[in-house]
Amino acid sequence: MKPLAVRCRSLIKRYGDNIAVNAIDLDVEQGQCFGLLGPNGAGKTTTVEMLEGLHPVDGGSLELFGHSWGDGHDHNMRQRYGAQLQATELADKLKVREVLRLFRSFYDQGHSVPELIEMVDLGEFQEQYFHTLSGGQKQRVAIACALAGAPELLFLDEPTTGLDPRARQRLWAIIENFRESGGTVMLTTHYMEEAAKLCDRIAIMDHGKIIDEGTPRSLVDSLGLVQFVEFETQQTIDLPRLTALAEVESVEQRGLTYRLRIGRDLNALRVVLVDLDQQRVVPVGLSTHQATLDDVFMERTGRALLGPTQTGQGAQASVPRATELAP
Amino acid sequence: MSVSPPGDISAPERYSPLAELIKTRLREFFREPGMVFWVFALPVLMAVGLGLAFHTREPELPRIAIVNQGPMGLSQALTTATNLNATLTNEAEARRGLRRAKFDLVVDLGGALPVLTRDPAQARSALAQIRTEDALQRAAGRQDTLQFKVKSVLAPGNRYMDFLLPGLIGLNVMGSSLWSVGFNLVVARKRKLLRRYAVTPMLRWQFLTSYFCARSVFLIAEMSVLLVVGALFFGTILQGSLLAFALLAAAGAASFASISLFVGSRLDNTEVANGWVSAVQLPMWILSGVFFSYERFPEWLHGPIQLLPLTALNDALRAIFNEGAGLLAVGPQLAVLLAWGAAGFIFALKRFRWG
Repeated sequence: MKPLAVRCRSLIKRYGDNIAVNAIDLDVEQGQCFGLLGPNGAGKTTTVEMLEGLHPVDGGSLELFGHSWGDGHDHNMRQRYGAQLQATELADKLKVREVLRLFRSFYDQGHSVPELIEMVDLGEFQEQYFHTLSGGQKQRVAIACALAGAPELLFLDEPTTGLDPRARQRLWAIIENFRESGGTVMLTTHYMEEAAKLCDRIAIMDHGKIIDEGTPRSLVDSLGLVQFVEFETQQTIDLPRLTALAEVESVEQRGLTYRLRIGRDLNALRVVLVDLDQQRVVPVGLSTHQATLDDVFMERTGRALLGPTQTGQGAQASVPRATELAP
Repeated sequence: MSVSPPGDISAPERYSPLAELIKTRLREFFREPGMVFWVFALPVLMAVGLGLAFHTREPELPRIAIVNQGPMGLSQALTTATNLNATLTNEAEARRGLRRAKFDLVVDLGGALPVLTRDPAQARSALAQIRTEDALQRAAGRQDTLQFKVKSVLAPGNRYMDFLLPGLIGLNVMGSSLWSVGFNLVVARKRKLLRRYAVTPMLRWQFLTSYFCARSVFLIAEMSVLLVVGALFFGTILQGSLLAFALLAAAGAASFASISLFVGSRLDNTEVANGWVSAVQLPMWILSGVFFSYERFPEWLHGPIQLLPLTALNDALRAIFNEGAGLLAVGPQLAVLLAWGAAGFIFALKRFRWG
């Protein structure tokens, strides 16, 4: 195993009675891209900001490059990582070049300002005021500030939230370039697609806890060889009968929408369609997809997008009450 | 796009973080037209406005109406008197004028004795009476036995503008320090910019020092503007040394910057910050002798008022500006300023929040 850039044991953060981070363990190897995946309020940002030294730790241990905050290496630790924080506005009335020069000046070593501008491809905007940039351009400046000190470790907190697909692609390319040059990345996201694309390893966080961890592939495979079928229908379905089929692992219902977890082969799909036909049910807007990290998240949290889960064969099929389904 | 591997740094260029931070402060300021107006234009407008309102001028002459001219010599003595404004008119006009305070006195020279009619409630009519009697007596042949030498006190250093200008400089030092340091910090905290700085190796003292350095640059500019406007338009002249004056203003600016640092040490709400900055300033606008001397307040209040930082600054600036005092002479005021500055800075550091 390579040396660790980040190591946490039983890390805890409380805000009053609320436990934001609840005894989590994390190991991020050098050179790895590690993703913290989870919904808003899961504790991802709090975790990362404790790692960055912004918040004191309430319990457990935390090490960055083998050092803890406050043990006399703080300045050196800050020289070695770069951070992009969530929702930060840099100085409005500074030009892009001036912002980068300011951030570069804080580091003992690092890239030159022209290099930074080239890295994030902002050459034509370097003389523009920060506040005149688009969201994607601002985010590229934020990443360039994080890269100014040629860090070993890059913290990215929801780097692409709110960006259009094109801007997101450009940011991913910058992050991948940093990875290729040997840098370590720790990023938070609530985009499963982003985690799958960028990360070597993912920890799924919910309510301050890590509920699953692994490579994107291993997390998806842990669901078994399954696919998901979704459709709507006006007709009443005999749910116990559908769930009793050998090919069907589980059925979830929300209102008129049904989501079935079935075997990955074509035959399984055929068996389901035949059964629906026999029940005289016409599925509308039918779609199928292979398991993704979205599905992993739904399986692990139990709070699926489609409401309460009915799992396992022979499970009691009950129609969920409407109050439970209200968003 | 290419990223050099960590550790392989191609360019050995080095920027001074303190210089970059100071440049950032200056840019933030000069690229914000509103700030430039408040700091530079407002005090000049105030100086000009107040200067015009309180511009020293000769008091108006008492106005008298002459009816029924009588002997030529007497009415001529009145119309040629330099300390009277005499008008020849008819009786009806004179009566109406007296009623409407257009005239302070009506002089009837038609009878055997001159008749002076006046309104006893008007103070100026007494002056008009004395001057009229004086002029008539001299015209009738009175010889003055005693001669006087009268001196005017309208020398530089004694006029209202001379009092006002150092006060305005003090006021400006206070206002711009409070706004440009504390308010700026609160805005930066609200925009989460301070958090962003906190996750860099930026040295905390350099960040705070940049505010003080930027303040000194503005201070020189602000002070120069007011000194030049005062000299050009109102003839106010600095009697003491410019260096002592500038050093004192700098001590004032540093003191208020520290107080401002304290005000802005935790807040992240600009409206609340707005209120606090105003709350700090308002009592001193009134108490600290900017527009009028605090001697007008009851005696027992003078002690507490003199402990306010703006009072100390204004008193000391006036001593140097109008009396040519040296720095040693304003030692007590300097001590008050430094005490406020030190207390503000220490408490600000204790309370300061980046996030």
